[in-house]
Amino acid sequence: MLQLDMDIIVVGGGGAGLRAAIAAAEASPTLDVALVSKVYPMRSHTVAAEGGAAAVTLSEDSLQSHFFDTVAGSDWLAEQDVVEYFVQHAYQELVQLERWGCPWSRKNDGSVQVRRFGGMKTERTWFAADKTGFHILHTLFQTSLKYPAIERFDEYFVLDLLVVEQRVAGVLAIRYSTGELVQIRAKSVILATGGAGRVFHYNTNSGIVTGDGMALALRHGVALRDMEFVQYHPTGLPGSGILITEACRGEGGILLNKDGYRYLQDYGLGPETPLGEPRNKCMELGPRDRLSQAFWQQQKLGLTGDYQGHAVVYLDLRHLGDKHLKERLPLICELARDYVNVDPAKAPIPVRPAVHYTMGGVMTNIDCQTSIQGLFAIGECASVGLHGANRLGSNSLSELLVFGKVAGERAAAMALQNDFVSHQSIAEQTARQQALLSVLQGHNTDDSLVAIRTAMTKAMEEGCGIYRDADSMQYCLDHLISLKQRYQALKVEDQGKVYNNALLQHLELGFGLDVAMAICSSALARKESRGAHQRLDEGMTTRNDTEFLQHSLAVQQQDGSIDIRWQAVTITSLPPAQRLYGDCGAVNEGKTS
Amino acid sequence: MTQTIVIARYNPELDEKPHQETYQVQSDDNTSVLDALQQVQQQDPSFSFRWSCRMAICGSCGVMVNGVPKLGCQTFLRDYPVGLVITPLSNFAVEKDLIVNMEPFLEHLSAIKPWLINTAEGTQPHVQTPKQLAKYQQFANCINCGLCYSACPQFGLNPEFRGPAALALAHRYNLDSRDQGKAQRMPELNAKNGVWTCTFVGFCSEVCPKKVDPAAAINQGKVESAKDMIVSAFKPTGAR
Repeated sequence: MLQLDMDIIVVGGGGAGLRAAIAAAEASPTLDVALVSKVYPMRSHTVAAEGGAAAVTLSEDSLQSHFFDTVAGSDWLAEQDVVEYFVQHAYQELVQLERWGCPWSRKNDGSVQVRRFGGMKTERTWFAADKTGFHILHTLFQTSLKYPAIERFDEYFVLDLLVVEQRVAGVLAIRYSTGELVQIRAKSVILATGGAGRVFHYNTNSGIVTGDGMALALRHGVALRDMEFVQYHPTGLPGSGILITEACRGEGGILLNKDGYRYLQDYGLGPETPLGEPRNKCMELGPRDRLSQAFWQQQKLGLTGDYQGHAVVYLDLRHLGDKHLKERLPLICELARDYVNVDPAKAPIPVRPAVHYTMGGVMTNIDCQTSIQGLFAIGECASVGLHGANRLGSNSLSELLVFGKVAGERAAAMALQNDFVSHQSIAEQTARQQALLSVLQGHNTDDSLVAIRTAMTKAMEEGCGIYRDADSMQYCLDHLISLKQRYQALKVEDQGKVYNNALLQHLELGFGLDVAMAICSSALARKESRGAHQRLDEGMTTRNDTEFLQHSLAVQQQDGSIDIRWQAVTITSLPPAQRLYGDCGAVNEGKTS
Repeated sequence: MTQTIVIARYNPELDEKPHQETYQVQSDDNTSVLDALQQVQQQDPSFSFRWSCRMAICGSCGVMVNGVPKLGCQTFLRDYPVGLVITPLSNFAVEKDLIVNMEPFLEHLSAIKPWLINTAEGTQPHVQTPKQLAKYQQFANCINCGLCYSACPQFGLNPEFRGPAALALAHRYNLDSRDQGKAQRMPELNAKNGVWTCTFVGFCSEVCPKKVDPAAAINQGKVESAKDMIVSAFKPTGAR
C-alpha cells in the first residue's frame, strides 16, 4: 500500500473540483492540493453541460429577480440565505472564467451575450455556443495546469473516507492503472464527485455519474438532504437519453405533441406565444419539472408520438433556420444527426424526459461544510441548499464556480490550522478496507453485476419517476433491499490488478444502491407534491407547507436502512406563495415584487 | 441482427503480447461501436476500455476501427457491413485491452502553456468581438481524445513531438485577442519537437471528430514560427 500526505484533497475533477483546487492553490500557494479523480478531469460530466451559466448581467435585470426566480423555481425549498449569496457572487465568477480564457459567445460590440432560459424572468444565461460545460471544464482544467501546488491523481478511485472522531483524516483510493491501494492523509477533504443520475435507467448523464461522493458521506453518518428531488430534463433523445439543451427553447424552439399541438398551454404555462417570439417563463420556457410533468400527462392521454418504441414529443427548431442553428446550436445539430438521424433545420427532433440532475446531496452549510469537521461538499454531489425541489437550468454551472471557490478557500484555511492525524488512528479503517477488497474476487454462478444494476435502474424508473405513489415506491424500496443483499454476495469476476474495470463498476454499484435507497426512502416520507416530487396518492397531490416546508434528511443506520429526519427551511425575505408561470405568473410577480 | 466484431485483447498480467478475439454482438441501425464494446464487456467482465459521455464530447472512447482512429460512441456498426476490427489507439503504449497510456499526451498538452496569459487585473470581462472570437474558436473545440496522435506518422516515429492537439491548443491561445503569452509559447513551437516536426500529412485533421483542423493550426503556427525566428535573429540575445 502506498501512503501519502497532502494538505487538501479534492475528490472529483469536474468543474466544481477544479474551481475548488484553483481557489485553494490561490489562497495559500504553500499548501499541497491533491486533485483525485476516477477519470482524467476533462472527461468529467461537466463537459456535457450545454446551455449556459446564469448571472445577473443586463442593466434591466436585478439580483432580486434572480433570487425570486430561483426560490420560486425551488418551490420554496431553497435556503434563501444561500440563494442570496449565490446571486450576488455568480457574475464575478463568470467574469473570472472570462479572464481565464473561456470563449463566451459575444455580441457585436464585444460584450458578453446572454440568452433566455427556463424559469428565468430575464435573459441572464452566459453561453459558449451550446458547449458551455465543455468550455468551462477545459478552461478550468487548462488554467489549473499553471498552479504547481495542484498535484493530479488521475484515474484514482476513492473507495472510502478516513474519519477520526468526526474529523476527516484523508481518503483511501485505488490506483486504477495498478490496482494498488493508496492511503492519502489530508487536513481537509472536498467532495466534488457529481450527481447520481445513473441510478435511473434513462438519463442524460455520463456513465461515471454514479453517486460515489454521496455514498461516501452517507456511510460515515452525514445526512443526504432533499434526495427525493430528481430532475427529469424534458428533452432527452429517446433510448439513449442524450441531452438536447434547454437553450434550443431559449432560442425559440417549440414542443409539439403527435398532432402538432403546443400542448404546454394546457398545463398552466400559456397562453401560446407566437412562433419565433419566445417569452420568458412562459410555454417552452417554463421550468423543467412542469415540462416533464406535462409530457407524462400527454402520454397518459395518448397524445405522444412514437420513436422506435419510445413515447416522444417533438422539439421543432425549423423556423430558426440553418444558419442560426449552426451558429448557436452546433452540437445539437451534430447530436440530432448522429443519434436520431434528423437535421433540425428540416425536421423536428423526437425528445422525451430523461433523468438529468440530483437536486439533493451531501448536506452542507452555506460555507460548504458537512457535519464532519474538515469535510466539504460542492457541486451536484452536495446540497448547499440552492435548488430546493427543482433546479433552474443554468444555475448549476454558476453554482459549481461560486461554491467551488468558497469550499477551496475554506478548506485551505482549515488545512493551515490543522495537523495530520496519526497513522495509528487510521490503521484500523485502512486494514478493514484492505480486507474487504481481498475477499471481493471470485466467480458468480447465478447472478451478475449487470443484472443487479439493471434491476436497480428499472426499479428507480418505475418507483421514483416523474409521478410517484406509495405502492410503487414501497415496491421499489423492497426491491432495492433485496438487490443490496444480492450485491453483498456478488463477486468481481476479473482477478487482475491492472485497469480492473469490473472492480470499479462493482464499487460504483455499491455506492449507487445506497444512494438509490436514500432517494426512495426520502420520496416515501414526503407525503405531498412539490417541485420535481409529484405524488398521485390521495391527499398528497398538492404542496403542503404546514407539514412539509422542510428539508428531508436521509441518514443511514447501522443495518443499512435509511432514517428520515426533517430540517426547517431558511426563509429570509420571500415567504411561500403560489408558484405560477405563463400569464398567471406575470400577474403573481406584479403582486409580490 | 447479430454481427461479428474482432477486438484486440491484452492482459499484461497474463499475456505476453496482444491477441485478437472474436465476439458476437446484437446490432440495429443505432448500435455504436461503444454499445458493442459494452455488450462484449457483459459477456466478459474482464474486458477493459474507457468511455463516459456517449455523446462525443468527453473524449474518452477513442479506438482504432479497421485501422482508423475513431470515437467509439460516434461510429456505428451500420457503416461496417463487412465487419470491424477494434484495436487500441495507435502510437500509445497499450496498458490493458483497449486502454492506452495517455500520460505522454497530457505532458505535451501542459508543455505549451495552455492557459490565458494576461497580467492585467480586472473585474469586468474583456471586450472580444465575434470576429476576434471566430479567429480561434475552432481551435478551442478540441476534446483531447487523442485520435490525431494516433493518426500522426511523425508522433509514431518520435513520441517527443508535441503533436497536433497540443500545437493546435498553443495556436488557439496565441490567436486569442485577450492573450499576451505568445512570446512565452513560441520557443516551444520553434523547438525541435515543435511545429517543424510536422510534415503536413494532414491525417490528423481528417480523423478529428470535432473538425478542429490541427493541421491548419500547425501550418499557421509554422508561419508564426518563421516570423518569430527571423525577428529573433535581428534582436540581441536576451531582448525578450
